[in-house]
Amino acid sequence: MEYYCKKYEDEVGTLPEEYRSYIGRKVSFILLSILLTGGIFLYSLSVGNADLTIFEITRAILGMPTELTHSKSIIWNLRIPRAIAAIIAGVALSISGVVLQSILRNPLGSPYTLGISHAAAFGATLSILAGTRNWLPMLDLPYMTTFSAFAFSLISTLTILAIAKYKNATPEVLILVGVALSSLLTAATMLLQFFADDSELPQIVFWTFGDLGRAYWESIYIMGFITLLSSAYFLYNRWNYNAIDAGDEVARGLGVNVDRVRLTGMLVASLATAVAVSFLGIIGFVGLVCPHIARRFVGDDQRFLIPSACIVGAVLLLASDVAARLIIAPYVLPVGIITAFMGAPLFLYLLIRGYSH
Amino acid sequence: MLKIRELQFDYKKREVLREIEFDLNPGEVLTILGPNGVGKTTLLRCINTILAPKSGSIIVEGENVLELPRIEIAKRLGYVPQNTEPSRLTAFDAILLGRKPHIEWGMKEKDMKITRQVISDMGMEELALRYIDEMSGGELQKVSLARALVQQPRILLLDEPTNSLDLKNQLGILNTVVEVARKEHVSAVISMHDINLAIRYSDRYVLIKDGEVFAHGKEEVITPENIEAVYGVKVTIGEVSGYKMVVPLE
Repeated sequence: MEYYCKKYEDEVGTLPEEYRSYIGRKVSFILLSILLTGGIFLYSLSVGNADLTIFEITRAILGMPTELTHSKSIIWNLRIPRAIAAIIAGVALSISGVVLQSILRNPLGSPYTLGISHAAAFGATLSILAGTRNWLPMLDLPYMTTFSAFAFSLISTLTILAIAKYKNATPEVLILVGVALSSLLTAATMLLQFFADDSELPQIVFWTFGDLGRAYWESIYIMGFITLLSSAYFLYNRWNYNAIDAGDEVARGLGVNVDRVRLTGMLVASLATAVAVSFLGIIGFVGLVCPHIARRFVGDDQRFLIPSACIVGAVLLLASDVAARLIIAPYVLPVGIITAFMGAPLFLYLLIRGYSH
Repeated sequence: MLKIRELQFDYKKREVLREIEFDLNPGEVLTILGPNGVGKTTLLRCINTILAPKSGSIIVEGENVLELPRIEIAKRLGYVPQNTEPSRLTAFDAILLGRKPHIEWGMKEKDMKITRQVISDMGMEELALRYIDEMSGGELQKVSLARALVQQPRILLLDEPTNSLDLKNQLGILNTVVEVARKEHVSAVISMHDINLAIRYSDRYVLIKDGEVFAHGKEEVITPENIEAVYGVKVTIGEVSGYKMVVPLE
């Protein structure tokens, strides 16, 4: 095919202006969303029981002396970790959703479709009961609930991956396996709840409400590190996901090892989700809806969809957390409820309106 | 250019293809003919190693593609499947995707230019910025072919490319294939149902019956006897405006 190469050398033109402006619109959406995230981040630092002025917040962030003695502590130990956790978890859940929707070739693909949250809930419930009843005294460690939730999330994922690997299952079958595992784990969690006493039950139920107040710096470092690596991996594979979106046959014809991309994508998405869920509890809806919201603005091109979905996830979770703290202040609503309340109507509106051109 | 020897493919212990052998020279168009379910699509998928043959060899320019990594195969063979999932991509980006085997981190200016060139050669400038999920079947098939061309393959594999297309689009797609074959010495292997279109555009033919090559060669293999043996339909072959025409007698 020297012909095209020769022609290329002969004619060094530029891309059509229309294509440049089409790409420019997508990049603008991403940049504006980043600005919006920054704005909500700063605003979220001013929301809370302690009535801190913008100057007090600025002084606390910059490490300057503050009027109130607790200002620095409130900002650095409570509000900033909470806001950063919202951004990281939003990115982790949303990016996992967008990739799973692509590699499972199903618009309902999300971290929850694979039963990760149900596995985490079961792990957390088991750990809470084990802790209060002293079943395994040698394992009575700090963060045991987090670790147990994470371990069961991974077990669930590895079960699906094993079935995919050894039975050569199609994406449709993988989703059905996820649904079956979810049902099984939900039943197991309900069984444990049935035997829980009055003091254990609220702990179990509260854990299943996603709560960004659980974030602390160590958990943020771990979540941030895993999310960063996962995002880099997904971005590196963006053309592979574009190829799979065109169909498995097309992707294979373009040199993509579809089975490997699918399995590693599922594993990495599960890992990113499991880390977020095990530290913060179950935050539903973000992984399912944010990719679709991003899709309405930038289309299916994974070069733009992956970063857009990340930022939409961060915006939605951050804004939901602010709303959760404002609606019945000084009480804080579980953020998972707000994500659904904010995300669902927005999603419905975008579905009715159709794609943005 | 392409040599296929003793190719065999089994599906769940059932022999689908047996002892498939044929050759193809640079710049030639070969059509695989045969009734439904005889293994035409399977043969194309085996050549592209989307399906793993049980045995045999597929030699492209002296290399057995069965021993090459998938990415290297994609640099040599461009595949146009019967169906492409229409996602929310512009035609330009969907065609640019064909550069996938040649890139590492991302597309470069050269990839953009080759894509532009193919779009220009195929007269698709008007379609370039339209979303493929809003395109007709004929337009989508053009995008699929263009994507395979920007792969810069040595051999094009097309699985029933004229299916569900109107006459103008059928001729358009096949004219493009023949033009690329002649100008760039790219060989093309096409599976097709329409024998008359095949006669009009092909240099060679492989007639498949019960998973085996029944006849292989140039125009001399298109005889009423061979067609009846392969399809089970009596035909006669006439000539209209200088083109050979196969007319069923039943």
